[in-house]
Amino acid sequence: MTKIVKTTANILFPFTMIFGLYVIAHGHLTPGGGFQGGAIVASGCALLLVAYGSPWVFDHIKDKRLATFESLGAIGFITIGLLGLIFGAVFFGNFLAGSGSLFGTTPATGSTLADFNTGGVLPLMNFAVGVKVIAGLFVIILVMAYASSIKEWS
Amino acid sequence: MIEYIPFIAVVAMIIIGLYTVVFRRNLIKIVIGISIIESGVNLFLIILGYRDGGVAPIFTSLPPGTSFPEGMVLPVPQALTLTSIVIGVAVLALMLSLVMHIYRKYGTLDVQKIRRLKE
Amino acid sequence: MTFLETLLQQSPVLIIATPLLSAFLMPLVSRIHAKVRDVFALVVLGVTSCFVGLLASDVLSHGPRIYIFGAQNLSFPLVRILFEVDSMGVFMAIITVMLASIAVVYSWSFLHQQDGLDKYYTLLLLVVTSALGMELTGDIFNFFVFLEISCIASCALIAFWVDEGEALEAAFKYIVVSSIGALFVLFAIGIFYAQYNALNIATLAHLLQFTFLDKIVLAILLVSLGMKAGLAPMHMWMPDSYGRAPPSIILIIMSATLASVYGILRVMFTLYGNVLTTSLRFSLPAHVIIGWILIALAIVSILIGVIMALVQTDLLRLIGYAGVAEIGYMFLAIGTSIVALGTSYATVALHGGLFHILNDALDIGLLFLVAGAIYYVTKKRSLDDISGLARSMKFTTVFFIIGALAVAGMPPLNGFTSKFLIYESVYQVNPILSIIALLGSILLLAIFIKVLYAAFLGPELPELKDVKEAPRSMLLAMGFLAVFAVVIGLFPNLVLDTLVKPAATALLDHAQYISMVVGGL
Repeated sequence: MTKIVKTTANILFPFTMIFGLYVIAHGHLTPGGGFQGGAIVASGCALLLVAYGSPWVFDHIKDKRLATFESLGAIGFITIGLLGLIFGAVFFGNFLAGSGSLFGTTPATGSTLADFNTGGVLPLMNFAVGVKVIAGLFVIILVMAYASSIKEWS
Repeated sequence: MIEYIPFIAVVAMIIIGLYTVVFRRNLIKIVIGISIIESGVNLFLIILGYRDGGVAPIFTSLPPGTSFPEGMVLPVPQALTLTSIVIGVAVLALMLSLVMHIYRKYGTLDVQKIRRLKE
Repeated sequence: MTFLETLLQQSPVLIIATPLLSAFLMPLVSRIHAKVRDVFALVVLGVTSCFVGLLASDVLSHGPRIYIFGAQNLSFPLVRILFEVDSMGVFMAIITVMLASIAVVYSWSFLHQQDGLDKYYTLLLLVVTSALGMELTGDIFNFFVFLEISCIASCALIAFWVDEGEALEAAFKYIVVSSIGALFVLFAIGIFYAQYNALNIATLAHLLQFTFLDKIVLAILLVSLGMKAGLAPMHMWMPDSYGRAPPSIILIIMSATLASVYGILRVMFTLYGNVLTTSLRFSLPAHVIIGWILIALAIVSILIGVIMALVQTDLLRLIGYAGVAEIGYMFLAIGTSIVALGTSYATVALHGGLFHILNDALDIGLLFLVAGAIYYVTKKRSLDDISGLARSMKFTTVFFIIGALAVAGMPPLNGFTSKFLIYESVYQVNPILSIIALLGSILLLAIFIKVLYAAFLGPELPELKDVKEAPRSMLLAMGFLAVFAVVIGLFPNLVLDTLVKPAATALLDHAQYISMVVGGL
């Protein structure tokens, strides 16, 4: 792509990243969450792909590593569910909510400022889903772009 | 009458999608048809979720005067829609990658020309 | 509370969580060694089977259990995801884990030269998870999610031999049919939610009024789940994908298909159980009309399956059409029991139908594995290219004969019992139906005798001189299915009394299923 496109992508990419990560991190407070934020981050990566071309991205990022991250995200999600089974007696039990430790504050009702340190296991689950969705969507885009950029198939 | 328009749109989208899937011969268009059906169903769920005078169920931005939790909208239809969108992304990606492989194999996207499995 | 009791209480979720977690662990595990990966898949399914066994022994003796996600007790409004396990769900779960374990053992040698096996096992465990989820869940939206997971994962598995154009074509056909079906299930769920503000199957069944919209929903659910189950007008994906997927995968896809049959049973008997006897127009009760529609579709399935199997030359595709006919027998029994709801032979028909689900899994599964073994040693699909295999493949020949006789419903084997129950009860409704069903069985026998002569007996072909017997793990997998078929055939009451009859009772006694949830609110 031209220099204009590359420069624009360079400027926009960090903002997209930060916005996506914000949506993931604040999933328990505002509309959004793991999937939505992950989709935003992955669309930022797709911007890089368009600007720099898939062979360049393919040299810098290995799809095997992304697949590992995807597995880790899913494993993390189910592990949190199983931890709920161990500490909270039911699968997906919210054992952190109201405990006072990590993400354990009980929020005040009514029109207050959002307290980030609430929600129990929900923020952790959002992180796990976010990792999975970023890796999964990016690997889909990457492999498809790479496959369609090859003129002659084997 | 005005409140029926979204439902008419839902039915129209589903019928357009089904028409595309059944009568179009291009594989990409079949994939688009399935996406249209999916959008129609998602729109349907979103319409169900609309409550007149309801408040978004965000815990900390409850307007003064509304009681908790009766004044808030139960966000089940929205959750259903999100789940359905996530699944839709996976189905779409899978179908497009199959189409890519089919194109690579046969060099065409016409359903009539790639039909090897008959009888 | 002892450890075993805790385990029992948590087993509904552990049945789902174990294969799901292992599915995502699989890419990491398979980096260690290929052998570790193969064993890991079987160990996971073994652990899952243990949980299923534990749950089954409790549910069969103490009645249904519910499991609430994320909370200890039920509370209003009911937005929690619930698992509700009764004898019917347990019966299907046993079939699923059995088929999956056998498929894993079979694929050890069948696929050992292929690459991408880590993804294969991941997808296999995902299909198992989704089938088990469909069978154990008590929430209709959850059912849809598992249905979609099974669509996606099965489609990717059908396209496993990605270099063959036909496999891609079959996979595309499968995903178009099943994703449209699943989307319409979601549409139906939306209509339910709009009317009753509930997604729980028991709550919905309690509230159901049988309004005009509910009739539309019933039609949508029957059509879309019937599509996924391979019922007659939309059966065409079934022989395509069964004929082109690796045979070890067919067992897994079959378990997902049977889970859709379970979905229809759940919709008919539990969700609409309260209102089935309401009369529609001309003082005809709803169950008579729906039952006759199902019977008509079932008869068409049997005829299409048998007639199309008659003209096939591709062995896997031929068995696929036989599978369509078997699905027809199941629905013939289900339709009969719905038509005759309340009479004694309705119960007999339901016993036959449910027993036939198990027998179809065993017999058609065995035949697919035999066809896969033939493909493995000869690399040929068409019946015209293979001949005289009985000399070199003695065990496989024996397994084929067992499978063929069982599918045709010959006396000492398992297919006989269920088909006999079906003929007996269908005869009470209309003798002609019984004759058609019997005729279908005879034709199936004729078809498989033709295959036996073409493939196993007959002159030995020169290019098949150095063919050897199939590898040991494939023989082991086929042996398991054959032994089950023979044992169930010799002692049918062993399974009929312990599993099938409680399952039928659980379906017919929908009040108990409903009161488990609604009574607790």
